[in-house]
Formats: sequence, structure tokens, C-alpha cells
Amino acid sequence: MISRGERLANYVILSVFAAFALFPIVTILGAALGPAESGGTSGPANFAAAWEAGRFGTYLRTSLAVSAFVVVVSVTLSIMAGYAFGTMRFRGRSALFYLFMLGIMMPSEAVAVPLYFDLRSLGLIDTFWSVALPQVALSVAFGTFWMRAYFLASNRAIVEAARIDGASTWRVLWQVLVPPARPAVVTLTVLVFMWTWNEFLIPLIMVTSESLRTAPLGLAFFQGQYTSGFTLLAAGSVIVATPVVIFYLFLQRHFVRGLLQGAVRE
Amino acid sequence: MTQRTTAGRPPGEPRRVAYLYLLPAFVIYAAFLLFPIGRAVQFSLYDWDGLSVGRWAGLDNYAAIVADEGLRAAFGHALVLVVFYALIPLGIGLVLAAVLNHAKVRGLGFFRTVVFLPQVVAMVVVAVAWRRVYAPDGTLNGLLGALGLESLARGWLGEYAFALPAVGVVGTWFETGLVTVLLLAGMSRVPGELYEAARLDGAGAVREFLAVTLPSVRGEIAVALTLTVIAALRTFDLVYVTTRGGPGTSTTVPSYEVYHRAFGLGQVGSAAAVGVTLTLVIFVISFGVNRFADRRLT
Repeated sequence: MISRGERLANYVILSVFAAFALFPIVTILGAALGPAESGGTSGPANFAAAWEAGRFGTYLRTSLAVSAFVVVVSVTLSIMAGYAFGTMRFRGRSALFYLFMLGIMMPSEAVAVPLYFDLRSLGLIDTFWSVALPQVALSVAFGTFWMRAYFLASNRAIVEAARIDGASTWRVLWQVLVPPARPAVVTLTVLVFMWTWNEFLIPLIMVTSESLRTAPLGLAFFQGQYTSGFTLLAAGSVIVATPVVIFYLFLQRHFVRGLLQGAVRE
Repeated sequence: MTQRTTAGRPPGEPRRVAYLYLLPAFVIYAAFLLFPIGRAVQFSLYDWDGLSVGRWAGLDNYAAIVADEGLRAAFGHALVLVVFYALIPLGIGLVLAAVLNHAKVRGLGFFRTVVFLPQVVAMVVVAVAWRRVYAPDGTLNGLLGALGLESLARGWLGEYAFALPAVGVVGTWFETGLVTVLLLAGMSRVPGELYEAARLDGAGAVREFLAVTLPSVRGEIAVALTLTVIAALRTFDLVYVTTRGGPGTSTTVPSYEVYHRAFGLGQVGSAAAVGVTLTLVIFVISFGVNRFADRRLT
């Protein structure tokens, strides 16, 4: 049905666009593997040099700790809140739900400034909590919305059966509803991990000590200090990007499908 | 009793325990999002430097957003970025997705992975990479030189006329993959018979696209526009790392003004007003686009 010419045109369009998408990525990978301007290293040794000079070990550890905390806490709380919204009736249900909805649209830019000043007067600035908790709040709004949609569509008959068997609401949630919800939970986990790992403004404002810098923040400072060449900066960028890219490549099928389901569902 | 199972009513039974399930999420949400946005509104009504006692300013900070040339420019720049982040990717995405949807090409999975990759990489990394592309001795000028177009080479991020579009192109690069993948998913749900019927009615490729493909992806277009417009309005990391608003003020954007005013200039009230205004603009756009999408269902 499709002529050879049309097929060729399709491949040309695909290739041109893939090249556009890969161009900056190839640029930075090429630079990271090239000879360093300052001399001394080249190839894979650049990564070791950048790791050393940029103290990326510390930053990655902080990012990992913050991301793990935000993912575990916000996914757990989202499952619980989504369960309540999706399967139970109570006074103020829709009003409360709309209140959560506002949080999906609220940009961190608007709340970061008052948060900084209020947390400063509480003495919480420059702590793990000042970086992690605001991001839990940002993620929990979306997560609740996400899990509610899942639980709304879940199988009511199994729930009723479990309840007749005398299961508590707690057991119904974790033993009946959550196990089949794994794809939805995985997608939520990937999204929250990605957003948290890549967040820039909140760590930028909340953190002054170097040991609490997250990886993107550390990279931005490294860029400011390291002006003598691009090679090590490129290597540092690759180091910062790699964990999420690996995570994405592993789970991309879930991730893209989940994203699409979520997008069209509402 | 039969009423309870009527479609359209909330599922489940009345349960007070629901409040207990909501409580932990709500406490964190209220403490770190709802309360701060309230405080932002409060801050925005004061003239405050973050240190001394604030002075009541009423709506002065909001009036300044209209009157102050710098602030007005920042919001204007955000609108320019909407074109680069949302409208151009939508145009490219529609063409790409329409082509891909028809073509049974190999490597579609690879292509999807590649065009989606920019969404995954931290914006700081994206910004570092593009700084390199745009640098006076960078890859873009190198490419132009190789094509014999040296005369077009320049320091893209350093010139008044080019800095904002240069930042915008990064947004196009960043969002086009997302838009394409969303639209492709929508188009792949269109039943093949519709296309055959259109072809039998004598519709060409363009007519077919306008009559069959476009109406069926209205929902996806709405989702894509919501996501990309909000991303455009919120641009921060990219500007922070590439231009810091410069040269001059040619690439300032609202979220950068929030940061710069609060922590650079000590104008916390003004920063809060910009943040609140930005939030309102995002609310209005989200509701507007979603109403457009909802109409499709009725």
C-alpha cells in the first residue's frame, strides 16, 4: 500500500528528527570522551577526573537519599489518599479532591520563596527536610490524583468479597488492591523519581552547605567554578544524567504507556 | 438501596476511616504547598526586603507587574517561549505523528526512545549541552562553517536579538518528542476503516488529515498543550544556567524574576506577587485547555 518513495521519505523524516534530538547529546558525549583542555586526561579517565574535581560522589549520594525518601513517602501516602478518594464516600469528598487538584498545577516557583523564609525562621533551612518535604508535597498531589483514577476503576467485587471475609480496610488496600496495581505504582515511582532527581529550584534555594547539594545543583556550581574547559564539565553532566537515563531505559515501556493512560484518562 | 449502585454516584460506602487515609498526605500537602501559597499571597501585599519589618503595600506589587517595564518584559518573554515550547512542537508533532502513524517503519520503538530522551535528562544537563552547541566556538557554528555559512556564525546566547529565540529552540528540542509520542498514541487508536472510508470518498492526504486525524486527537492536543505551555511559563533552570536573564534583560522570565528579586535584589514582596501571578496564569490556562478537551466528550 505504501509506495517505496513514501517509505523512503518517512525514513528521511525520522532520521532528520532523530538527529536533531541526539545532536546536543552527542555533542556532550563527544566532549566528555575527548582530550581535556587542561591536559592530563582523555577518554574514560575524564569521568574519574570530573568525579574527583566536582565531588560528584557527595552530590549523587544526596540526590539518591532525597529521591529515595520522596519516592517512598509520597508513593505510600498517595496510595492511601487515592484509596480513600477512589473507593470511599465521605463528607467533603469532592471539595477535598479539588483542593488536591490545585497542587498539581501549583508551580514550585510560587511557594519556594515563602517556604524559604518560613523554614528559615524555624531553623530548618539547609537541612535534608527543607529539600525533601516540599517535594513530597508537590508529588503527593499528583500521586493522589493518579492512584484515585486507578482505584476508581478497580474491581469492586473482590473488595466486597474480602470485606465479607472480615478483612479490614487496611488489609483490603495492601493485600487486595495494591498487588494488581503494580504497573500504576511503577509509573508513579518513575515519574516522581525523575521529577525529584531533576528538581533544581528547591535545592538551589534551600541548601547552602556543599554536602547537601543535589546532583543538578552540584553541576550548576561546577559549571560556575570550572571555566578552564568543557571536557570535565561534559563528563560531569554525563555523570549527573546517567542514573535517570538508566532508570528510564529500564522502565520506559511502563513509563510511556502509563503516561499516556494518565493523559487520556481525564 | 438500589440508588446506591446507580452509575455516576461515588463508589463505595460511607466511611469515616477515609479521613485517616487522607490525613498524612493532607498534612504534608497543606504544610508545604497550601500554607506557603497563602503566605505568598500575604507577602505579595507587602513591601519587604526579607530582613526588616515589611511595609503594607496593598496591590502595588501587582500594579508594578503591569507598569514595570522589566516585569512586563519577563511575562512577554514567557509568551515568546510558549510559541517555541508549545506551538512549534505541536506543529512538528502533528506532521511527524501523522507520517509515523501511516508508515509501518522499522525502528519506531528506537525512535520513540530517542525523541523522548530529552524529557528525562535533567534541565541543568540540557542547558550545559546547549551552551556548548551555542558557544562562539561551539558545534552549531562549527556546523555552519562546514556548510560554508561562516557568515551566519555568532555567539548565539550573547546577542540581544538571538538569545531569547536560542533559549526557545532548546524548549522546542525538549518538548517535541513528548508532543509527538502523545499524538502518536492518540492517532493509533483511530480505526483503520475511517481512513479507508475517507480514501473512498476521494479525500487526499491533507483532507484526510483534517477530516479524520485532527478531530480524533483533540484530547491529546489539549493534554500536550497544557503540559508544554506550563513548562514554557515555568522555565527557570534553563535560563539560570544559560543566560541568567542576559544579555541585558533580553531573556528574563517570570520564574527567574521570582528568584532574582527574592534572593538577588531583596524585593521579596515583588517576587511573591510575580509568583502568585504566574500561578494564576497557569490555573487559567489549565482550566481553559481542559474545558476545550471536555467539550469533545459531550
